[in-house]
Amino acid sequence: MTTHAVSDAGFDVSRATRASRIGGVFALVLIAFLATFPFWADAGWMREFNEMACYLIFAMMWNLLAGYGGMVSIGQQAFLGLGGYALLVMGNFFGVNPFLAVPIAALLTMLVALPVSQLAFRLQGGYFAIGTWVISEVFRLSIANVSAVGGGSGTSLTALRGIEKATRQSITFWLCLAGAVASVALVYWFLRSRQGLALLAIRDSEVAAESQGVNVHATKLGVYLVAAFGAGLAGALYFLGNLRISPDAAFTVNWTAFGIFIVVIGGIGTIEGPIIGVILFYLLNKFFSDYGTWYLVGLGLLAIVVTVRFPRGLWGWMSRRFDLHFFPVQRRLVLHEPDKDTSHD
Amino acid sequence: MLGWIDTILQGVLLGGLYALFAMGQSLMFGVMRLTNTAHGDFIILAAFGAFSLSLAFGLPPAAAPWLAMGLLLPIAFGAGYGLQRVLLNHTLGRDPLPSLVVTFGLAIVIQNLLQETYSADPRSIESGGLNTASVALGGGLAVGTLPLLIFLVAVGMAIGMQMLFDRTPIGRAFRAVSDDKDAAELMGLDHRHVYALATGIAFLLVAVAGTLHGMKTTVSPADGPALLLYAFEAVIIGGMGSFYGTLAGGIILGVTQAVGFRFDPGWGIWFGHIVFLMMLVVRPSGLFPKTR
Amino acid sequence: MSLLQTHQLKAFYGDFQALFGIDFEIAPGEIVAIIGANGAGKSTFLKTVCGLLKAPREAVLFDGAAIGGLAPGQIVQQGIAMVPEGRRLFPSLSVEENLLMGAYAKRTGPWSLDTVYALFPVLKQKRHNPSTALSGGQQQMVAIGRGLMSNPRLLICDEVSLGLAPIVVKEIYNALPRVCAGGLTVIVVEQDVGMAQLVSSRLYCLQEGRVTLSGASGELTREQISQAYFGV
Repeated sequence: MTTHAVSDAGFDVSRATRASRIGGVFALVLIAFLATFPFWADAGWMREFNEMACYLIFAMMWNLLAGYGGMVSIGQQAFLGLGGYALLVMGNFFGVNPFLAVPIAALLTMLVALPVSQLAFRLQGGYFAIGTWVISEVFRLSIANVSAVGGGSGTSLTALRGIEKATRQSITFWLCLAGAVASVALVYWFLRSRQGLALLAIRDSEVAAESQGVNVHATKLGVYLVAAFGAGLAGALYFLGNLRISPDAAFTVNWTAFGIFIVVIGGIGTIEGPIIGVILFYLLNKFFSDYGTWYLVGLGLLAIVVTVRFPRGLWGWMSRRFDLHFFPVQRRLVLHEPDKDTSHD
Repeated sequence: MLGWIDTILQGVLLGGLYALFAMGQSLMFGVMRLTNTAHGDFIILAAFGAFSLSLAFGLPPAAAPWLAMGLLLPIAFGAGYGLQRVLLNHTLGRDPLPSLVVTFGLAIVIQNLLQETYSADPRSIESGGLNTASVALGGGLAVGTLPLLIFLVAVGMAIGMQMLFDRTPIGRAFRAVSDDKDAAELMGLDHRHVYALATGIAFLLVAVAGTLHGMKTTVSPADGPALLLYAFEAVIIGGMGSFYGTLAGGIILGVTQAVGFRFDPGWGIWFGHIVFLMMLVVRPSGLFPKTR
Repeated sequence: MSLLQTHQLKAFYGDFQALFGIDFEIAPGEIVAIIGANGAGKSTFLKTVCGLLKAPREAVLFDGAAIGGLAPGQIVQQGIAMVPEGRRLFPSLSVEENLLMGAYAKRTGPWSLDTVYALFPVLKQKRHNPSTALSGGQQQMVAIGRGLMSNPRLLICDEVSLGLAPIVVKEIYNALPRVCAGGLTVIVVEQDVGMAQLVSSRLYCLQEGRVTLSGASGELTREQISQAYFGV
């Protein structure tokens, strides 16, 4: 008998975990279930889902930018608002089908992000954060002065008037569901790619990454553009469902405030984090938003406590404690069993 | 022509107010690289605090605000010192996110607590006619007494802060800890205490700014973020690390806004933002930068 | 009776062990050198003594008192001053202001601006210059002066010769006897073995976190030192 002559390096690089395989199946089932909503669910439920889907997309993108890209921005609402207004302009003035206009709006927003990044990237750290806020204010004030789109008080999305209500609600819902799934998938795919690995390297040490040949500037720009695309998508979807847009609603810093809250409470720098965060946010909203200002005070205090005590958020804490990864981005070394000698005499 | 001179003059005085807003932030960022997103909200909080204090003792309106400011100062210092020691010191480090999120959370808490306490109605601090008094400068020009006073306070503040930094032991400590925290610790300096002192002083500046602001115009709980942006722009335009730079930055911002308002009231603030962004493109380090 | 004593001192950076049980002692008035290659643990040892790195309380004794793990500020108050590797002067401060920062701990003793300027006269001429505008050797003088300003009982000089021309290094070490005249105890950490042997009465050699040699500087041979230094 001969021994096996397998050339075996002794390990595999694997990404999937048991949790992720179970989670993957579960996710598919959930998405299929959600897709049936328009056939039986209450219109109110769908509207709530739409709103949460937009928060999820926005938060996921903010997380990509801050948690992975290391760029903390308080001005992402600029792109959300631009997405909404792009939708408005295309629908009301150019007769584009509003549903088709959604992804186009996101794309246009991404294009605007290119020159904006040239300005924003001149600042670092905390000043980058506030600088992006100023830029967002510029957009808000500019649009508030344009009477054609309703000026300071805003206007309605007339392009949707001709469509039958139930159809409109169904398609809007499916688009929101698709947008949410797509944004999670996009971020997941991006992080598993080479660009994603480069991003993680940059997050750990820019200088070291640069010395390994990573083009730091291009990678950061890429992330910024992707985040803008996502924010624009969220904006277009939100105002598609809302039917009415105004500069204050579109460009309010509350979007970022809630986004930050969702990401920080859920767990920054993870993909599961924003998802958990949105669910938590929805529940808190549902039960406590009647308390008005006290509810907001509570949110603010919660964000402070979580940042100081649980810097990795709820998911980060759970993930470490139980070693759970539903969206495994890390690569793990799986050692092979030592090859048994099968030679017999 | 006179109209233009008047506009520029108003702008300069407005810039004094913006410089006043910005001084505290310039200090905090200079010493510990902390960006306090709630900075504007603390100014509004101070304004409301002064408002309540000025009504609490039944004093005549001409004297009440000044007493209020006097009472507010030690409270502000203690609050700043305590906040830094207890909360903000734990957020500092290589990552800018924790301090941003925590101060953001504080902003939301402050805005909503103010709303609960005072409702959303705008308030103003009675000053016994000071806010309408004016000083004639000759040639048909006149400036408000209060804006002029605010401007002079701003100039005094800039001079005072720069002297504090350049000539006093605590100023030395501020510069040292800002340069190299660990090396400063080797000299026996406790950075937690020095940082807290810096915030305490910054809050003194905030208390003065808030009181004067509340005397000049009305304030409402949601006004904070706008003030944060003006303060931030003043610091960037002027250049980080110099209080005179912050003063200059405030003045430039004020003049820019005043000129913009003159063209069209809807574009005044927008114009200020645009000039700020242009500054970022043309001279990102600001006009009089002192820091590395 | 030793001034500073460490007993089986271990130190960790997270999970990584950098020191494996260092026994060290220095008597008042002595000049002791610590030598070793890069990564041998010299800086780590100094960091634990100065409080920049955690250590068990009883592992470091200063004049009989356990000081392991105390904050740097408290250790300076006790009378230990460090002249850090690379000088680490404050760029925003002038020469004189840097020296004044050294006196932050307000300990009393023979050292003041006047006596430091007497030791290094060139600094007096440049007292108002920004500290980083000076030459390397002059910056090192400022760093040493800054350490002296806290009127320590123990002065630790970490790699004073780093980046300096030999003639400048000589000039600085020539000042050492005057520094010690008042009874100051000095630990000198050096890469320059020859200089270390010259200025010290005893020396320790570290290698990979352990003491591989210790003895009177005048009696140790080249071979002994080589062996201990490189572990060959």
